[in-house]
Amino acid sequence: MKQITTPISDETIRDLKVGDAVLLSGTMVTGRDAAHKWMIETFVKKTRPPQGDDMQVYEELKKLLNGSVIYHCGPVVSGLDTKEYKFVAAGPTTSIREEPYQADVMKHFNIKGVIGKGGMGAKTLKGCEETPGVYLHAIGGAASYIAQTVTKVYGVFKLEFGVPEALWVVEVKDFPVVVTMDSHGGSQHAVIEEASKKVLDELLTR
Amino acid sequence: MRDLTNEILELIRRTSSSLPPDVEKRLRAAIEKEAPGSSARGAFETILKNIEISRANSTPICQDTGTPIFYVHYPVGMSTRKLKEQIRSALAEATKRSYMRPNAVDAIYDKNTGNNLGGDDFPYVHFEEVEGDDLTIELMLKGGGCENVGRQYSLPDNTLGAGRDLAGVRKVVLDAVQKAQGQGCAPGILGVSIGGDRGSSYIKSKEVLFSEMGTRNTDPKIAELEERLTSEANEMGIGPMGFGGATTVLDTKIVGLSRLPASYFVSVSYMCWAYRRRKMTVKGGEVIYD
Repeated sequence: MKQITTPISDETIRDLKVGDAVLLSGTMVTGRDAAHKWMIETFVKKTRPPQGDDMQVYEELKKLLNGSVIYHCGPVVSGLDTKEYKFVAAGPTTSIREEPYQADVMKHFNIKGVIGKGGMGAKTLKGCEETPGVYLHAIGGAASYIAQTVTKVYGVFKLEFGVPEALWVVEVKDFPVVVTMDSHGGSQHAVIEEASKKVLDELLTR
Repeated sequence: MRDLTNEILELIRRTSSSLPPDVEKRLRAAIEKEAPGSSARGAFETILKNIEISRANSTPICQDTGTPIFYVHYPVGMSTRKLKEQIRSALAEATKRSYMRPNAVDAIYDKNTGNNLGGDDFPYVHFEEVEGDDLTIELMLKGGGCENVGRQYSLPDNTLGAGRDLAGVRKVVLDAVQKAQGQGCAPGILGVSIGGDRGSSYIKSKEVLFSEMGTRNTDPKIAELEERLTSEANEMGIGPMGFGGATTVLDTKIVGLSRLPASYFVSVSYMCWAYRRRKMTVKGGEVIYD
């Protein structure tokens, strides 16, 4: 089991291979569907003019995400009234929905790790090679367990997206993940998809 | 009529935080089939640890507390309007207590209501009048990840060589499992309905998921297909989370409906391993949870 703390160096990333189990620690940011769409449209492709506190949040995110990790997660959070936030349940959400955006977001912000579940496609895999970065698979549904690895919630951006879709800045300690896409073009998801398709084709002839 | 808001709140807490024993038993058996040190075994270890933590702390098993699907069987004369109000109040309170994540998002304006109450469609509540004096409320929480990998086929399907018969049904269900990969949080449980119109077909494919693990269709021909589909799905080796492994599907449940002569729909509802469903029964003054 490898222990890695954010920010992560290129050297550490290049060392990681598909199948490696990792305990991750340090600061990271959650972001999913609304966040990715907003980042691409407002800061990467600039098809939408910045509004409200967008530019201020952008400056903060650039610092937080540089060398760090984005987590595809829509948590259950307590303390919403008092702003004494605590993650109650915080497993990964399905990552493939961010496939149109992820590689560009990784490169724009120099994100070294993407945590989610279910894996991602060819575009993100290429993004992992170029950035370089890795895709880290967390265990879907293991929400109470993962929430216990979140030791601190520093704050939240874009709460108007709703609690699940907001960008939460958190500190984690020993968050268990598995590398399923590495920076050398390896993808466990591509391997399993191909192998299972072969079996399916055979089953369809029976 | 008695106010059951608090009792329904307890049903929601149990459903969200305590996995039913029949599901946990299957998961505990499945871990033994994975090689020591494999990612698949690691996934099961995390899953089992999470089940224990959630139950001990009354915290959600999965942060995606899903679409709340209520099935209410009520005796003659009970007000379904009042029951629905109580269900909605209980759900809002459960959200406040972090048993549930606020999950109702206005699809036109992208606004999360913050309390899990959408329009009349959210939560989903189905009422059925029954004989006798008992009231039962069943709740299923179905997350978005597994809901997104559900599929509906209109047979014949030429790309899969699936005709309008049980052999064709078998082919499309296996295709649905392969396409889902690990994205529905495998190992999954398949709810399959054959027939109906597009709407009723999908609804019944979820309704069949209220039954216990291992419950077989009373028609031996269908029961055999259920067993065969589970076993063949596992031959594909997708495994927990899509990591590769021995168990991809834990169980398959099939229901047959009436169809129009022109239509032959097969709907596959994929349920994630976090198969959250619980039941409460009100018997006289007593409330019994399963």
